[in-house]
Amino acid sequence: MMLPRRSTILGGAALAAGAAAVPARAQLTIDMTRPTFEPVPIAIVDFAGDRVGADIANVVRNDLQNSGLFRSIPPGSFIQKDVNANAPPQFPAWRQIGAAGVVVGQVSQAGGNIKVDFRLWDVVVGNQAAGLSFTSQPANWRRLAHIIADAIYKRVTGEEGYFDTRIAYVAESGPGNARVKRIAIMDQDGANSRFITDGRTIAITPRFSPTLQEIVYMAYAEDRSPPRVYLQNVDSGRRELLGNFPGMSFAPRFSPDGTKVVMSISENGQSDIYEMDVRGRALRRLTNTPAIDTSPCFSNDGSQIVFNSDRGGSQQLYVMSAGGGGERRISFGDGRYATPVWSPRGDWIAFTKITGGSFGIGVMRPDGGGERMLASGFLVEGPTWAPNGRVLAFFRQQPSSAGRAGSVTLHQVDITGRFERQIPTAGDASDPAWSPLIPQ
Amino acid sequence: MRTIKALAAMAMMLVIAACSSNQQEQAAGASTTVTPGSVADFRQNVGDRVFFDTDMSNIREDGRQTLTRQAEWLKKYTNYQITIAGHCDERGTREYNLALGERRANAAKQYLVAQGIPAQRIQTISYGKERPDPVGSDEAAWARNRRAVTELQ
Repeated sequence: MMLPRRSTILGGAALAAGAAAVPARAQLTIDMTRPTFEPVPIAIVDFAGDRVGADIANVVRNDLQNSGLFRSIPPGSFIQKDVNANAPPQFPAWRQIGAAGVVVGQVSQAGGNIKVDFRLWDVVVGNQAAGLSFTSQPANWRRLAHIIADAIYKRVTGEEGYFDTRIAYVAESGPGNARVKRIAIMDQDGANSRFITDGRTIAITPRFSPTLQEIVYMAYAEDRSPPRVYLQNVDSGRRELLGNFPGMSFAPRFSPDGTKVVMSISENGQSDIYEMDVRGRALRRLTNTPAIDTSPCFSNDGSQIVFNSDRGGSQQLYVMSAGGGGERRISFGDGRYATPVWSPRGDWIAFTKITGGSFGIGVMRPDGGGERMLASGFLVEGPTWAPNGRVLAFFRQQPSSAGRAGSVTLHQVDITGRFERQIPTAGDASDPAWSPLIPQ
Repeated sequence: MRTIKALAAMAMMLVIAACSSNQQEQAAGASTTVTPGSVADFRQNVGDRVFFDTDMSNIREDGRQTLTRQAEWLKKYTNYQITIAGHCDERGTREYNLALGERRANAAKQYLVAQGIPAQRIQTISYGKERPDPVGSDEAAWARNRRAVTELQ
């Protein structure tokens, strides 16, 4: 129901106007894997044709600026004030303020829908770098803005964007010894947050299905029965228990194709990993040790599962075949390793690491090599990948003091660890789960 | 005058009641005037919780004493079902701590079962690090949070 349809790609007639004679100070491309780079300076002009055009431009500016790869030039410093959305801008006027790219757009009415055209102009070369048109219901204007930001990000970085996504998280409130923990879902930039659970019992560890239609999470019951994993339809709110086991079930996560959920189930103090078929509810045991085996996560191709276990004495990361078996340890550094999550691209596994008195978020190759820390603090936990596998979200908790719970906040960091920022939420927030790109 | 006398008499009775409480309750370092067999009696005179070392779930010597007292009390007052709630300090990850809390609750349960409490009387639940008591981020608070609490129903 909320799906803007991608329609025509506007003709990208290369324009020779004002070919760059001056040596470029900045380029409209960026290689984010290089050890150092300067953010790309970009000018985003308020979209013409409708009041919402300024709001759309603002969302695009924030998305790009927040990625750390772009620097949004403040509109107050623009020299050319009257940019025609359908004609080339005056390139020298944009070069003068240091822009490498200029984004212009036009909003028009289209039979109850809005149509948004935009063009990205390469100021350095002096031609059109991208141009697309989208149509959707007016209420979807923020999604249109995110889709435009994704298109710009892809054109400049060569990587898929991640702005047209959502983040599920745990909204926390109340005193430290009786926290209310509710599952909520918001847009990636913090907008449109809404609660998914009512807060009568603790609900934690939400994870999206690949279609974003469903989430799995763990919740406590109102009596003293063990907490269990639930499957909930995001739109209808209908929820069901995912298997009724005598013991606690927890740490759920969907397979990449959405047909299965892996999770831990406890029995007599022992926690093992199981796989459940979502439709048929057939249950299959994947590990069987007296140890704590938990936080399972499928590889991007669904062939393997990474998890943490204390079977060797301390909490470490292990990889096994998706059907169980072939278990091998992959973490060998100092400290305890937890919450492994396989990148959607398959090239990295992110984790939480506990060393001495501090926590860190890091990545390693699936064979355990190339370990690198991206963030650290008193308590950082629970990395989750943006769908392009180049950005992670996690949460930070500050120490409690004088009986008051420390604040808990969501953060994102790029895979180099260079650029971290807080993701705004209305109140305390933990356990982020980044969605795939929203289907268009 | 009469009122004062009456109060004095009541105070005497309280003292006598306190003296008559058994050795064990005194050993628990607890006080006076709760109804024997009540939840308050269990909490004050037996002790409702045992504590664990970091990342461990074995019952320590101080915990054994508490659980032995719990078992004797539960054998005397057989009308209670119990739930043992396992908890962790905040220095672990959420999911692992759920499992560790379950392991701690189960360790306390197994100790009570070994002391002769029927397993059917005992339920376990883990709160991981979700319900700290006390709330705090220092060693003293963490030591109190690594706990298994026996709750009466």
